[in-house]
Amino acid sequence: MIRFDGVSKQYRSGNRPALHDATLQVKPGEFVFLVGASGSGKSSFLRLILREERASSGQIHVLGQDLGRLSNRKVPHYRRNLGVVFQDFRLLPTKTVFDNVAFALRVLGKSEAFIHDAVPEVLGLVGLGNKENRLPHELSGGEQQRVAIARAVVNKPAILLADEPTGNLDPTTSNGIMDVLRNINAAGTTVLMATHDTAIVNRMQKRVVELSEGRIIRDEASGSYVTTAHDIIVLDESTLQRADSQPIALEPLDFDPIPAFDPMSPTSEALDLSYLDRMRDEDPL
Amino acid sequence: MSLNFVLIEAWNGLRRNVSMVVSVVLVTLVSLTFVGSAVLLQLQVQSMKSFWYDKAQVAVYLCTEYSALGQCDQAEASAEQIAAVEAQLNSATLTPYIDKFYFETHDDAYANFVEQFKGSGVVDLVTPDLLPQTFWVNLKDPTQSAIIFEAVGGMSGVESVVDQRSYLEGIFSMLNAASLTAVGIAALMLVAAALLIATTIRLSAFSRRRELAIMRLVGASNWFIQTPFILEGVVAATVGSLLACGAIAGIVVFFVGGFLQSSLPTTSFIQLSDSLIVFPVLLGLGALLAATSAYVAISRYLRV
Repeated sequence: MIRFDGVSKQYRSGNRPALHDATLQVKPGEFVFLVGASGSGKSSFLRLILREERASSGQIHVLGQDLGRLSNRKVPHYRRNLGVVFQDFRLLPTKTVFDNVAFALRVLGKSEAFIHDAVPEVLGLVGLGNKENRLPHELSGGEQQRVAIARAVVNKPAILLADEPTGNLDPTTSNGIMDVLRNINAAGTTVLMATHDTAIVNRMQKRVVELSEGRIIRDEASGSYVTTAHDIIVLDESTLQRADSQPIALEPLDFDPIPAFDPMSPTSEALDLSYLDRMRDEDPL
Repeated sequence: MSLNFVLIEAWNGLRRNVSMVVSVVLVTLVSLTFVGSAVLLQLQVQSMKSFWYDKAQVAVYLCTEYSALGQCDQAEASAEQIAAVEAQLNSATLTPYIDKFYFETHDDAYANFVEQFKGSGVVDLVTPDLLPQTFWVNLKDPTQSAIIFEAVGGMSGVESVVDQRSYLEGIFSMLNAASLTAVGIAALMLVAAALLIATTIRLSAFSRRRELAIMRLVGASNWFIQTPFILEGVVAATVGSLLACGAIAGIVVFFVGGFLQSSLPTTSFIQLSDSLIVFPVLLGLGALLAATSAYVAISRYLRV
């Protein structure tokens, strides 16, 4: 389904690789957590699968396609097999819930009849069956993320990529989102989720791949995730905000708990388009 | 692919960017009006050339008793001298180049002069003996007047040889300079138009950046993403081109057909029917310019 063979990714500006000699295989139907501190290479991992970037060396095969040989022209078609969810939802503020989800089908040229079947079905799946006509700002964060998930899976992708989908949500809401992802996974979709959220990883008991400084340092079939105080204070503001509401599991570590912090390394900001959101929606003129 | 969606997107882009679209329309209008004017000027020059050059003759002016120019010595050209010039024009070396020639006497010249300057005071000052006897030569190829200059220019009794085309050259070089100026201004304006269209499209893409990001994520084809923007540029530029066509038609009908024609009634000016060829050129140029610059602008924005 997804296969990385000795993949390295070196950004032009970075002084150390974002991903270093990563080898990994994900089977159809698996649920995989990608964990690690900010800058550990999680987002680079997802960007490589999305083919937003090409690997500097090594080979990536996704759904039988060699991404190194996939021409730019064929990338859109390839991406139809993937669904993507982000921490910041990325909904269109002027469109209703229905239209946000339908947008993903309309731009693929699907017929209105198909859209009117598929969208209510997927909204039901994420538990928003009665909120089709709301606008995003009328919804809670958790509901907005459900809309984003609905949009990601409405085209029935084989793989769902989620980049810290619970990063902006409180623990209760996060659990609701995880239930949705679990259901999607149970229906056969391979899910790859990058996260900081120790509680979720520990509760789900799914496969855990831990990255540190671009290297895969752990790959457990049914694992847990332990963060260190160092991660929380220095590297991760979003976890810091939730630190009071969340007990941190402290267990003996079998790896170096304090990765060297490198402010120049590419972090999840590489995928982050939030700078666009800062310049609000108004017409630039 | 859903054409409807593409059209709606293009329409939304135009609506959201009204001020930029208006500026694109205006810049296209002005630049294409200059392009059209340059083409019209060239058409005018061509039509005048073909009209006048065919009629242009080489005049071999013979001496009068008042003339000290050329081979003259203030003496009327003698009958022998006239016969020698005529023999030269009839000679085997010149006949291949000469279509026809005829001799104009003092009285013929005076009659033509009176006809030409009817109503003017100058008629009263001129007497037949002031006007030279002339051989009027029509060449087969009007550009080869130099042959006549060489053959008869130095003969005694010949005052001067004048190619009428030399009078026209001045007018044509002026018109050509005007049309080159129009082309130069048009080129600058077209560059401005192309850059403005690119900027407009980039702004339009910026205001729809969320939609674009999502389209790319869900795998909308590049064609699908780009087409609304290219359409947007083409529509704006086409409106400008249509207005430019209107402006050109207006210039031809009201300025050329009205003002110029009435002030210079003997000159043949281009008609609206002649200028019809300009319209498809303007429309094509406008659309091509817009499509190209919009495509370049949006492609840079959409690099995978």
